[in-house]
Amino acid sequence: MSSKVNFIALKSILHKEVHRFMRIWVQTLVPPAITISLYFVIFGSLIGSRIGEMGGFDYMSFIVPGLIMMSVITNSYSNVASSFFSAKWQRNVEEMLVAPVPTWVIVAGYVGGGMARGILVGAIVTLVSLLFVDIQIHNIWVIIATVSLTSATFALGGLINAVFAGSFDDISIIPTFILTPLTYLGGVFYSISLLPEFWQGVSQINPIVYMVNAFRYGFLGISDVSLTLSFSVLLTFIITLFIIAMTLISKGIGLRS
Amino acid sequence: MKIALEISNLKKVYKGGFEALKGIDLTVEQGDFFALLGPNGAGKSTTIGVITSLVNKTAGTVKVFGHDIDQELEQAKSYLGLVPQEFNFNQFEPLMKILVNQAGYYGVERKLAVQRAEKYLKQLDLWDKRNDAGRMLSGGMKRRLMIARALMHEPKVLILDEPTAGVDIELRRSMWEFLRELNQQGITIILTTHYLEEAEMLCRNIAIIDSGIIVKNTDMKSLLATLDQETIVLDIDSTDTRPQLDGFQTRLIDDHTLEVDVKKSQRINDIFIQLTTQNINVQSMRNKSNRLEELFVSLVGSGQAENQEVN
Repeated sequence: MSSKVNFIALKSILHKEVHRFMRIWVQTLVPPAITISLYFVIFGSLIGSRIGEMGGFDYMSFIVPGLIMMSVITNSYSNVASSFFSAKWQRNVEEMLVAPVPTWVIVAGYVGGGMARGILVGAIVTLVSLLFVDIQIHNIWVIIATVSLTSATFALGGLINAVFAGSFDDISIIPTFILTPLTYLGGVFYSISLLPEFWQGVSQINPIVYMVNAFRYGFLGISDVSLTLSFSVLLTFIITLFIIAMTLISKGIGLRS
Repeated sequence: MKIALEISNLKKVYKGGFEALKGIDLTVEQGDFFALLGPNGAGKSTTIGVITSLVNKTAGTVKVFGHDIDQELEQAKSYLGLVPQEFNFNQFEPLMKILVNQAGYYGVERKLAVQRAEKYLKQLDLWDKRNDAGRMLSGGMKRRLMIARALMHEPKVLILDEPTAGVDIELRRSMWEFLRELNQQGITIILTTHYLEEAEMLCRNIAIIDSGIIVKNTDMKSLLATLDQETIVLDIDSTDTRPQLDGFQTRLIDDHTLEVDVKKSQRINDIFIQLTTQNINVQSMRNKSNRLEELFVSLVGSGQAENQEVN
């Protein structure tokens, strides 16, 4: 098919995906704003004031990048996981499968939709955080690159989860048992340097550590890990997950009998 | 005449070993109105699934206007429009969005897609519902929505899997009329149906599939010509004894219903002549079953198809 046909197909999937989460904005956009406000009130104002400084910044400023990143990760993942699984469950995924839409367009469309929600929620959370703390920006390009790549990584993860999922329970298992622990242990609320040496080593196999730290570097100019390593980890994950997603959908795993 | 669809030695074995298709061959010419008939589990939906790439085949080839689905899948897909048996649209999206998005998957520009959606929604009497979510529609409306959706990219071949299942008679007839018009416009139509009357009314060519084998593949006229016996049902004046009709097999179902088997070589006139001489009046007359139904039942017996030659 011509690149124009593919471009129109991609636009259609993106349009459908963005329209979906905007249509149910009370379920998709409001909860992260409320959750993040609670984090700020509890960890920032009430407990944070007793913690003092972390990494040379007051605790509230330290946790803001991590909290934004946490919202981006969760929303990018769950958007694609629930949307693609719903399409499988209602069988409207067949609308795309019978059409001459290349696999890469399907993957790019759903990942684009996940990124749109992740980044929009990230922006909302950033605006909410401005009510509690003055945000400084050290390097806007690092912020944009990190949030985009992280969002794409987890959108791909959500897509792969949805391909394998056989029930709605299956799309909540990975967020509950893997994503949430990795995020909480990924340096959102503390600097890795505070951990004993052994646990610092263990933390380095957690990919979210690299994402949170690169993002924090964009705001505060501090990071527990090198920026080059963070972007290398992100790109490796994106390429690997993209190849897996392409292979699964091309073979029709969970989609074709 | 161009070949719209060419299937050769198509086989499908599902996980667990169930052999749904045992090497079928089918050819459908451009502009044809083609029926694929068969009992439940015969392999109709699997065949359609393979053609539309919703089911992975085990062996064989499928070509759509000469484009092999193994080598030129996207090209082949672009010619096909599918109306599946199960409702498979997003139940939460408005009709207009369902149609416009579907057109987009085929590369139809949004402006043109909106025009086509309006055209088909009006033709299929759904225009008033254009902003309603799919789940708000009745069963018949959902079927019509799926027909509109399949037409959004103006396919050359329209495949309908049980399009009128669960649809009332009035609506079924209006859908038949709509499908006839599409066929007259040059769209090749392939349909599976349980309503044999539907196949007889609409289709020029027919294939009967049973247990994954094509047991008959011919034109409708030739098929019906092979029917050598019909059963007619007569509503007669009340009688206690079964009227004797020379040369005919008769059965008295109740005191005013008589069934008569009529062979192709016999004349119905003879029945009336004999009944008149016996002073029995006939109030009304009808076929016991659809002619195609009688053939269908004779072709699709339990295990009979296994021994049939593949045509």
